[in-house]
Amino acid sequence: MLKNFFHKKKRYATIPSERSKKDIPEGLIVKCNKCHKITFAKELEKNYHVCPHCDHHLTVSAPDRVRMVLDDGNFFEYDTDLISTDPLNFEGYINKLEKDMEKTNLNEAVVTGEGTIGGYPVVIGVMDSRFRMGSMGSVVGEKITRAIEKALVKQYPFILFSASGGARMQEGILSLMQMAKTSAALAKLHEKGILFISVLTNPTTGGVSASFASLGDINIAEPNALIGFAGRRIIEQTIRQKLPDDFQTSEFLLKHGQLDMIVHRKDMRKTLIKLIDIHQVKGGM
Amino acid sequence: MASELSFEKPLIELRKKIEELKRFIDTEEIDFSDEIKELEKKAEKLEKEIYSSLTPWNKTQIARHPERPTTLQYIEHIFSDFIELHGDRQYGDDPAIVGGIAKFNGTPVTVIGHQKGRDTKENIRRNFGMPHPEGYRKALRLMYQADKFKRPIICFIDTAGAYPGVEAEERGQSEAIARNLREMASLKVPLICIVTGEGGSGGALALGIGNHIHMLENAIYSVISPEGAAALLWKDASMAEKAANTMKITSEDALEFGIIESIIPEPLGGAHKDIKLQSLEIKMAIEKSLKELQSLNEEQLVEQRYQKFRKIGKFISVL
Ligand SMILES: [Zn+2]
Repeated sequence: MLKNFFHKKKRYATIPSERSKKDIPEGLIVKCNKCHKITFAKELEKNYHVCPHCDHHLTVSAPDRVRMVLDDGNFFEYDTDLISTDPLNFEGYINKLEKDMEKTNLNEAVVTGEGTIGGYPVVIGVMDSRFRMGSMGSVVGEKITRAIEKALVKQYPFILFSASGGARMQEGILSLMQMAKTSAALAKLHEKGILFISVLTNPTTGGVSASFASLGDINIAEPNALIGFAGRRIIEQTIRQKLPDDFQTSEFLLKHGQLDMIVHRKDMRKTLIKLIDIHQVKGGM
Repeated sequence: MASELSFEKPLIELRKKIEELKRFIDTEEIDFSDEIKELEKKAEKLEKEIYSSLTPWNKTQIARHPERPTTLQYIEHIFSDFIELHGDRQYGDDPAIVGGIAKFNGTPVTVIGHQKGRDTKENIRRNFGMPHPEGYRKALRLMYQADKFKRPIICFIDTAGAYPGVEAEERGQSEAIARNLREMASLKVPLICIVTGEGGSGGALALGIGNHIHMLENAIYSVISPEGAAALLWKDASMAEKAANTMKITSEDALEFGIIESIIPEPLGGAHKDIKLQSLEIKMAIEKSLKELQSLNEEQLVEQRYQKFRKIGKFISVL
């Protein structure tokens, strides 16, 4: 049972602060999945998980991302108690969830909570592509919606880092409807005039790209992230021709007017602080 | 019948046999009337059996039937004074989505829907009802217009999905869909959605943020096409039947999940067997919804719509 599994893992569920996070053993090495050169894990971490050889932005876990972006030790996580059920009785689904829980020490594909950034309080959501490819089922939709509702009540800016293959197939139409639920919550935030910054990281596709991830007042992407609606293979099958290499990259989207900017990971925190700062005073009115 | 579905074969064979016997009477002057009566009874029974035990895959086949009535056909039967309006005012006019203004029992309304073709030529022109971003942007423009003039909006949903193509990506398919989801949530007029055929993923949902959603009995609504699911799950698109039967895509499933308000019955064998009757059923569902929603003020309409979607999802708390 998934529930039992959760209890076993529960004590790991909150985001470890800088102090309590697992120490990376000396000498551990990581191979870049783009240039295939190796780097010491310690060094890679100091370099924001960006390959020092080719500048490739490697996958970052949600807890690492929270540490990288927020002020030190200043994060309160929301809704760690929510876990998926298996509404379709989908063969193997519970098993896969258990495996990903074990692998990631997370209970679902998004971490939400509040903290400060440059001293400014924010509500933040960070997706983790290691958990079911960051796909959105009922729990991801619910956690993001609740986070938006918190931002609405507290009148804090809302920041969301997307990393997702889209809606989660194993929860069927319920996953599709999470696109509607999260976007409707963003409508409320929009009406109230509260800032929403969407940061699209590799990958942000399908139902996540076609809902909250595209609805930022400011849409930022990390360099060379895969961002798009339809899968590359499906498009190639439909149009019966090969697509160029840069298709559906951040750079492609910027060129076609779909993004405000591309920001290197090492500059992300200070960019966010600058953006939030500029929204503190509303137009001198 | 121009296009019969595989599960209808036994019935069609039987009907052929009856026809043959009838012809035999005419030509050979042998009386088979008792046999014919017997067979006709059998056919009637078989018809009921077949259509009352349709699998999700059978329903998918009916929902995709080439003769399945399209949005423009329903508009013709349900509304009066329809005037089609074109274009998104930014890029172009997407024929995969139609929209305009009309009267419903005398009340001015805005009607929008996916539009599949009724033959190959029209299907090519309408891209098989698979919209580009400008289609969704046209729909949103017409919804804003409805909001301005306080007209209820009725959306007909019938698409395999938003078009997966290079230009669609370049022009922001994701953004167009996402914006519709958010903006539809804020509209201050009654919004009624009818899933008439295929409710294909985000491309369907982008017209689907209704105060009330109804589904035709044999319509489907899914996060991914059965073929797409099969390709991902078993690396084999021909396993679509198995995927359809697993994914909970029928109107009954959507009702059970609390996604739709009601199931609109279809004539035996599907909407295409009697479009007049089908249109009447749809009209009745719209009437009922409209009556209910017109009693709400603007704020209540937005809040009712929000709460409808807010509730959707299945999860547990383990605290
Ligand atoms: Zn590298």
